[in-house]
Amino acid sequence: MTTNLSSTRPARALGIGVVALLLALLVVFFALPVAWLLLAPTKTASELVSAGPFSFGGFGNLATAWRNLTSFEDGVIFVWLKNSAIYSAGSLVLTLATSVPAGYALALTKFRGRGLLLSVTLLVMIMPSATLVLPLFLELNKLGLIGTVWSVVLPFSFFPFGVYLVYIYFATSLPAEMLEAARIDGAGEWRTFTAIALPLARPVVALVAFFSFVGNWNNFFLPYLVLPSSQQFPIQVGLNQLLSTTPSFNPVAGAGLNITSPELALSIIIAVLPVLVVFLFSQRALVSGMLAGATKG
Amino acid sequence: MTRSLRGGQAGYFFVAGYVVLLVAFGIVPTAYAFYLAFTNDRGQFTGLNQFVKVIGDYRFAPAFAHVAVYLVLWLVLLLILTVGIAVVLRGRMRPGLSATLRFLYYVPGALAGVASVLVWLFMLDPSVSPASGLLRALGFDTFSQVIAPENLPLVFVLIAFWTGAGGWIVVMYGALNNIPDEILEAARIDGAGPWKSALFVQIPMISRWIAYMAILAFAGGTQLFVEPQMLQTASLGRLDPAWSPNQLAYVLAFRYGDFNGAAAVSLILLVLGLLCAGLLVRRSGLFKVDA
Repeated sequence: MTTNLSSTRPARALGIGVVALLLALLVVFFALPVAWLLLAPTKTASELVSAGPFSFGGFGNLATAWRNLTSFEDGVIFVWLKNSAIYSAGSLVLTLATSVPAGYALALTKFRGRGLLLSVTLLVMIMPSATLVLPLFLELNKLGLIGTVWSVVLPFSFFPFGVYLVYIYFATSLPAEMLEAARIDGAGEWRTFTAIALPLARPVVALVAFFSFVGNWNNFFLPYLVLPSSQQFPIQVGLNQLLSTTPSFNPVAGAGLNITSPELALSIIIAVLPVLVVFLFSQRALVSGMLAGATKG
Repeated sequence: MTRSLRGGQAGYFFVAGYVVLLVAFGIVPTAYAFYLAFTNDRGQFTGLNQFVKVIGDYRFAPAFAHVAVYLVLWLVLLLILTVGIAVVLRGRMRPGLSATLRFLYYVPGALAGVASVLVWLFMLDPSVSPASGLLRALGFDTFSQVIAPENLPLVFVLIAFWTGAGGWIVVMYGALNNIPDEILEAARIDGAGPWKSALFVQIPMISRWIAYMAILAFAGGTQLFVEPQMLQTASLGRLDPAWSPNQLAYVLAFRYGDFNGAAAVSLILLVLGLLCAGLLVRRSGLFKVDA
């Protein structure tokens, strides 16, 4: 170990330098647009053009942007946020209740049709979801669900990605012998699942919850088609409505409205805040939880 | 074996809820797309006529060519950088620094979808962009020059990477975290440095996740819709409204009311995704697990 290490030291130092530079460039690429976005609402539309991109404008401008944004269509942005919360939370509960047992069964029990179910799960999962949006719209229309909460929550709850994550987690991290031991001790299948598998599943539950919530909160296409009324929009569809009424990129639209670049930037920040909070919470679960897998004892 | 019988009944119980959702929102709509693609608007069976019609459409080949260029750029960048960065972040780095970097890389993921497009409309507009110096140095003085047709694949790769890569880095990091320390320790004792350890131990052990990422990225790439659609709006309609295949399907469905043609385009995308996925599944051994 000693001789080998000293002979490659200059090469290794160069490698570390290149890696560090790459990591730093990526920080610039990922973080600077966010920094710009956070500062944008503190400036006026004209200051955004003339002032430095990372300068702080003033709290007065921020208050003006807030006033303009929240008075847009009588504070409809709060309705959009509430709708997003209902759609995302409702489908998250249904997703967890269905995908965790399903992934567990696919990984650790044997039943006829298991291979078929796995294959179909993979197929539907990789199928571009937009492929299904139009037929889904017609199906929901036939069922009379268009314009209801269920037309969004139920399709959102169907989350093969979650099933696959749980499946692959149990298949790689939970030895079948542990289940066998529980069964020999006389535990039933349900007891084996709740007593052995579920406590070990916490990291993957966090992972599924995180992807489900983020994906559903940010989903645009389906709610755009199945929810006709502005009062039912989730925040993403609402943002699109804001864009089409702002003169920032479209001078023809929105003449006389108070929704300009700072208001648009503020609305983006408000729209993504819940997802940021969820990430902070989920990352802790990810890092500590992943280390507690069964194979690590 | 009695065990498999016992497990069998329980298995059905555990998957029941998911299967109901799968049938209602996966199988039935897919079958409906098939039905639409092989019939006309009066429900008469028309064989492959819908496919012949959409493939002959003058917008069909360009739309697929646009997305092919985008996919190549996107997949190469994503695979190399996310796996490489995850390995580096899981390596000998102070945990605090690693966590900070993961957080910084992930943060834009919270802006996926509409929000990210809005942010990049600003980032690519030389009049307000913090990178306006860079844009001008590259010869772009106006927003419309930046979003010229030949630049669009790169623009969408930037947006996709900005919002998507950080999330995948977290997943890859999590997968690497699941590798027992003893295995890495054994590799180190056997004389493997960080490079060898990554190439021959860590990356093979997370190959399922890598294959899975590639499958999802491909599927996501073929369905490019929100980004070109919003850019089209922001460009005052000067961009091609059928830039991507999904936009073509959307135009067929909502501008011409041609749901059958739209379903045919969607099915072509579906078959492409399936072919690629089948290849990856075979090569990565994704489904060889049998507990």
